[in-house]
Amino acid sequence: MATPLLQELATPAAGILLCRHHFPLLRQWVNGKPLVYLDNAATSQKPQVVIEAMMKYYEEENSNIHRGVHYLSERATLAYEGVRRKVAHFVNAAHEREIVFVRGTTEGINLVASSYGRVHVGQGDEVLVSTMEHHSNIVPWQILCEEKGARLRVVPISDDGEILLDEYEKMLSPRTRIAGLAHVSNALGTINPVKEMVAMAHARGIPVLLDGAQAVPHMPVDVRDLDCDFYAFSAHKMFGPTGVGVLYAKTHLLEAMPPYQSGGDMIKSVTFEKTVYNDIPHKFEAGTPNIGGGIGLGAAIDYINQINLEAVQAHEHDLLAYATQAVAGIKGLRIIGTAREKAAVLSFVIEGIHPHDIGTILDSEGIAIRTGHHCAQPVMIRYGIPATARASFAFYNTKDEVDALVKGLHKAIEVLG
Amino acid sequence: MSQLRELYQQVILDHNKTPRNYRGMADATRTVEGYNPLCGDHYTIYVKLEDGRIADVSFEGAGCAISKASASVMSSTVKGKTVEEAQRLFEEFHRLVTAGRRDEDVDLAALGKLAAFAGVNEFPARVKCAILPWHALRSAITGGGATVAIE
Repeated sequence: MATPLLQELATPAAGILLCRHHFPLLRQWVNGKPLVYLDNAATSQKPQVVIEAMMKYYEEENSNIHRGVHYLSERATLAYEGVRRKVAHFVNAAHEREIVFVRGTTEGINLVASSYGRVHVGQGDEVLVSTMEHHSNIVPWQILCEEKGARLRVVPISDDGEILLDEYEKMLSPRTRIAGLAHVSNALGTINPVKEMVAMAHARGIPVLLDGAQAVPHMPVDVRDLDCDFYAFSAHKMFGPTGVGVLYAKTHLLEAMPPYQSGGDMIKSVTFEKTVYNDIPHKFEAGTPNIGGGIGLGAAIDYINQINLEAVQAHEHDLLAYATQAVAGIKGLRIIGTAREKAAVLSFVIEGIHPHDIGTILDSEGIAIRTGHHCAQPVMIRYGIPATARASFAFYNTKDEVDALVKGLHKAIEVLG
Repeated sequence: MSQLRELYQQVILDHNKTPRNYRGMADATRTVEGYNPLCGDHYTIYVKLEDGRIADVSFEGAGCAISKASASVMSSTVKGKTVEEAQRLFEEFHRLVTAGRRDEDVDLAALGKLAAFAGVNEFPARVKCAILPWHALRSAITGGGATVAIE
């Protein structure tokens, strides 16, 4: 079924420009130039409907949830729990109780490492991650391994930025207790064959956590099809607000896991002798949550469902191909991350020019990119570089903006080359 | 654009391309690493101290144009100065990049070529780039730690 917005996306530039208008921030000028926002892997911009949904919540519904018998509390509870249903549907979870609200991907992974990890990882055991992980899918496991005397093992990647599947399979050992893998790499853009990797781990009885922060905004995700055990993602990278995210986990795992944080809302009854924990997912949601943020996430999902992720994917694929070709002619430029399957992330270095200088010069042209190690220092070490410049696209970006980027890069070379 | 020219002054571009005193020093009295984990700027500053004077100073490493030029201009400025003079320059330079050239306390004459870094003040994210080599130098001449990390 083609919604009006999908039709806009299906038509060329004019349609895309209409969608851009849903994002008020993109209308501004920076340093005397129209803003070109190419830092979407860091955080996406928010459409008017998300901003308005949150405003409306605070203007009309604000109240604490799961507690009051009064009108507002019931309304807020209904709205918040409605978002949980929406999320479950969005990632095709079997049940809404498998959706735990967290602060973001980082907290989701920390929850699994602390709760599931503490129970299942012991001395001499192994936790498996890949070279391309974000620090948030490294450090929680590292801390767990240090505490337990376990070993963090790292699957190598090819020069193109693809996980070496043979090595991965070999490293799934009888001591491996869990594997933590990026669905899409934030620094390289690689889309990993996670369905296959989950199957390979499951064949050995090993559960898998997927870091979906960079996947969810760009492609349809079906957790049951992937058959992953845990899947974490953040609202703010999918056109929603900061401070709220989702941990999906299979029911039987959540049921067996001990609480992560404790306090109000995660309990059924408390006496000084004994506390009875609440049912899942509430057992993992201590304290008043980010209700307004949750409402914003719900609105972001509605928005994404309207624009259709397949159409988004096709447009971003075009943009990446266009950008990859456009920068190919720039002397001394090397793309870091050239996997066959890539999301719209263009990470690169230019010989003789540090990424920070590139970032400053592009900024003077109103172009926002990210420079640095992208919270993936092991990736930088893998390629023997201190940092990269990274342009990351969303569906609201245009080929004109890619042209502006290329022009800006020529200027950087002119100034510093 | 004018702000950008102010940042990437000719002196800075020149020192970035052809850094002065860019070498190791086998007989250094003090060796200090300056590292910014956030952007990967990483320099080693070598200092030879003789009777409270900086007899020689050199550096090696990699980073952005601002940090490399800063290390280079710094090395040619402090060579031959006493430890006290170098510390005063550190303070003067720090004031320049954090407060800007219009700050009336900034002694532009005393700064000499270092005044080229005045434009950094307009780019808050780049102030740490300019200051990194100076932190390493100060640590070297005052005998502090072997690694200086700033973010």
